Amino acid sequence: MSAHTAEKLIYMANQIARNVTHDPDPVAMIADHIHAFWSPRMKADVFAVMNGAELEPTARAALERLAAHAS
Amino acid sequence: MDSERDLYRPQPDFGTPPSLAERAGAASVTAIIDGREVSVAPGTTVMRAAALSGGSIPKLCATDSVKQFGSCRLCLVEIDGMRGTPASCTTLVAEGMKVHTQTKKLEKLRRGVMELYISDHPLDCLTCSANNDCELQDQAAAVGLRDVRYGYEGANNLAQPMDISNPYFDFDPSKCIVCSRCVRACDEVQGTLALTIEGRGFDSKVSAGLASDSFLSSECVSCGACVQACPTATLQEKAVKEIGKPERATVTTCAYCGVGCTFRAETRGEEVVRMVPWKDGKANRGHSCVKGRFAWGYAQHQERILSPMIRSSIDEPWQEVSWEEAIAHTASELKRISAKYGRNALGGITSSRCTNEETFLVQKLVRAGFGTNNVDTCARVCHSPTGYGLKTTFGTSAGTQDFDSVEDSDVILVIGANPTDGHPVFASRMKRRLRQGAKLIVIDPRRTDLVRSPHVEADYHLPLRPGTNVAVLTALAHVIVTEGLADETFVRERCDWEEYRHWADFVSLERNSPEFLEPVTGVPAADLRGAARLFATGGNGAIYYGLGVTEHSQGSSTVMAIANLAMATGNIGRRGVGVNPLRGQNNVQGACDMGSFPHELSGYRHVSDASARALFEAEWGVPIDPEPGLRIPNMLDAATDGLFKAIYIQGEDILQSDPDTKHVAAGLAAMECVIVQDLFLNETANYAHVFLPGSTFLEKNGTFTNAERRIQPVRKVMEPRNGPNGNGYEDWEITQLMARAMGLDWNYTHPREIMDEIARLTPTFAGVSFARLDAEGSLQWPVNDAAPDGSPIMHIDGFVRGKGKFVVTDYVPTDERTGPRFPLLLTTGRILSQYNVGAQTRRTANVVWHEEDLLEIHPTDAENRGIKSGDWVRLASRSGETTLRATVTDRVAPGVVYTTFHHPATQANVVTTDYSDWATNCPEYKVTAVQITPSNGPTDWQEEYEAQATRSRRIRGHEGAMEPAE
Repeated sequence: MSAHTAEKLIYMANQIARNVTHDPDPVAMIADHIHAFWSPRMKADVFAVMNGAELEPTARAALERLAAHAS
Repeated sequence: MDSERDLYRPQPDFGTPPSLAERAGAASVTAIIDGREVSVAPGTTVMRAAALSGGSIPKLCATDSVKQFGSCRLCLVEIDGMRGTPASCTTLVAEGMKVHTQTKKLEKLRRGVMELYISDHPLDCLTCSANNDCELQDQAAAVGLRDVRYGYEGANNLAQPMDISNPYFDFDPSKCIVCSRCVRACDEVQGTLALTIEGRGFDSKVSAGLASDSFLSSECVSCGACVQACPTATLQEKAVKEIGKPERATVTTCAYCGVGCTFRAETRGEEVVRMVPWKDGKANRGHSCVKGRFAWGYAQHQERILSPMIRSSIDEPWQEVSWEEAIAHTASELKRISAKYGRNALGGITSSRCTNEETFLVQKLVRAGFGTNNVDTCARVCHSPTGYGLKTTFGTSAGTQDFDSVEDSDVILVIGANPTDGHPVFASRMKRRLRQGAKLIVIDPRRTDLVRSPHVEADYHLPLRPGTNVAVLTALAHVIVTEGLADETFVRERCDWEEYRHWADFVSLERNSPEFLEPVTGVPAADLRGAARLFATGGNGAIYYGLGVTEHSQGSSTVMAIANLAMATGNIGRRGVGVNPLRGQNNVQGACDMGSFPHELSGYRHVSDASARALFEAEWGVPIDPEPGLRIPNMLDAATDGLFKAIYIQGEDILQSDPDTKHVAAGLAAMECVIVQDLFLNETANYAHVFLPGSTFLEKNGTFTNAERRIQPVRKVMEPRNGPNGNGYEDWEITQLMARAMGLDWNYTHPREIMDEIARLTPTFAGVSFARLDAEGSLQWPVNDAAPDGSPIMHIDGFVRGKGKFVVTDYVPTDERTGPRFPLLLTTGRILSQYNVGAQTRRTANVVWHEEDLLEIHPTDAENRGIKSGDWVRLASRSGETTLRATVTDRVAPGVVYTTFHHPATQANVVTTDYSDWATNCPEYKVTAVQITPSNGPTDWQEEYEAQATRSRRIRGHEGAMEPAE
């Protein structure tokens, strides 16, 4: 995976997080969204680069939840 | 109703339009006309009643597309108990009325009238282009005119110069009878008011604009309404003059925008003579625009590719091959790549320009043949946020209304749409309602034509800064909620009350007030408050929106904010209201419905839905991947990462239409097999290894679904040209050839069988079949047991999802920001005469109206930079730069510049960024921070691009013979 793709996936996760801050359960909302719309490869890629990436706390929590579920 | 395929005859003309009661199917009044008992709706004219019951009262100035005028005095009748001879076009049928349409007295009167007309009309009938298709000729026959006593020597209006300035029709004033039908059609049907009668009495003459104007230089938009209304050869298509009277007429659906006008393709042999809007078409009601009416000549354009071609590298010239070789080569490449890189290295893009059946087959080939969900469609880059936003709030991505609904609207809110250019035929219907007194709010960074044009003026124009839609909509909601204007009764009944309270609390925050947000949005708070009050209290409120809503980093949020506004004001579930996405391409609605998205099967069922998958698996006999596939931008990212290697693109030009051209080009260049199926060597084909020549909408059967979810038939009027001796293929046949070569046992013999499969697999299409479409003309989905006749209006008794859902949409500014280096905001759009990437319209005479993309810039910004109209300017963003010519205008606000993307030479998408909607990745075309500087001409990139394109388009054996013009 190129740096461009990694950067873009992190950006996308953060962008979702910034748009659902008023949802009653933003972490579940972000996790559901990524689960429903991202391909398996995109999910695997984002899991691979999430540690150390600059992520919104809700986005990080959502990705961790999905990663735990996937493994 | 005339049948769909028939020998040519003009469509029936009932003389005057149906009354409101007739359209509503109301109770009848009964009269006796020439001894026939006739029952008609109240408000029906005697003329119309006679025509409806099989009669035909002579007439010239009346036609059923415009209001009665009562000027020609040919339609006089006698009515028992009434004095004199009233005009049947202006006399309404009353209960028990006895009408005589033919008496000795009437004969004499009519002959006298006709005699005067003919005394000032050229008698060249045999060589006239309207010969045998002329109402004046017909009426002269009907009244039995045998002699003109006045002779032809006196003063007359003959031998006047013709106006041939319009590329599609001529104006011959010598043949004009000054019936004013053209003027009234321009006023009432089109709403442009370009035509007038100049002079008085004997000197009266039809004129386009000022005396110094020709049709081309006038405000005429070439919609063809006047040509259609003209009873003589005065306004007539040039093609009729060149070819002759049509021989057959076939009803079909236009392949341009999402309005989905139906036309009669009037043909002679396999040659189209003209396309005439079909009066019974429920989307267009007999109206048309310059594209659908006239711009179909691209089908015969010399640059159209008619033979399949292959090459092993994009640096080589194309090699023409037989269909057999092309298909065998393509299938073997796809199999090789799948074996080497895995099935997820393959994907496809369905076309919003092709039929439902063709789109369905492409996604079926990808899912069942390639074994992946990597399928997407151009809706990704236009209305994907509509799908997400409306499904979340209402439970279905469906727009809520039919077009007729606008006739009952009291307040029309148009946001991020420019319907007079993008959806012109619907815009004419909207303008008709506005002239009747409906109020108008326009939210747009530009002063679009709708803001102020003849007899139409917006009550409020909110010229927002691009990228602040959510802020403006939240501020509107703030006013409505805090001033107590919300329709809480509706909300309590239809929506989730707790979610509403949560939302209402949010929008009521001081930071969402118009005053607080004014510095962000640029919209004066007082205007915004006025607009909010008008929308909430003005009666039926309807919201119409376009890509100015969706193509933003908060596109989905904006759609949900619109849905919130409609619910909070109770404007859902009846005529005259609703949330109305104006879809861009002819079949973008259908492409979405047909399962073109990587996460959805047809009818918007997620691939993780096991019961939906099971249906398809049973019908197709293969497993369906339960995980979503890649979207277009993700496919390109995966390609540059070396993971995505082959793509089958039907009828879509992603290199020109998608953002960040350089990234698209790099993605395509990284693939081993790019298959393009199109009419022309489009920009994407510069990177293709296989070119499969497609067929036009005139050459195929199928259906398109328009913006109001109306499924309409497309009927073949000529054989596909993409093969020798009539052995060409419709696009669905090409996909089937590929599928068969890849080992799938497909045996469709006609698109109707594909629709039957769609109906079996898609609950919202369960009641759709070609037989029903032939019988009923069109159907609006959902069509199923719950809605056997289709669904013109959605959510009538409650929302599809149960309770309507209010979603808090917080304004999150885009990351694309202006700064010292890029101080201006670029936004993009369309123009009336051109369509999308222009592949079709640039290959017609429509280029006389728009031969290049221009950059609109405000006088202040232009002056600061020393730029005048017509100057070349460099347009640069963080992504790239291009050059084009400027036009200085105050239609755009200071700080905002605007251009169209119809011409590949402009390369507007070199400049756009890869920012996109947070929920759907719909690109943010509408906001790019740019700088404008004077320039001498094309950039290095444009020159390199041009050279690469020219090199890439070489065809072995044709070198030098055919240099495409772009």
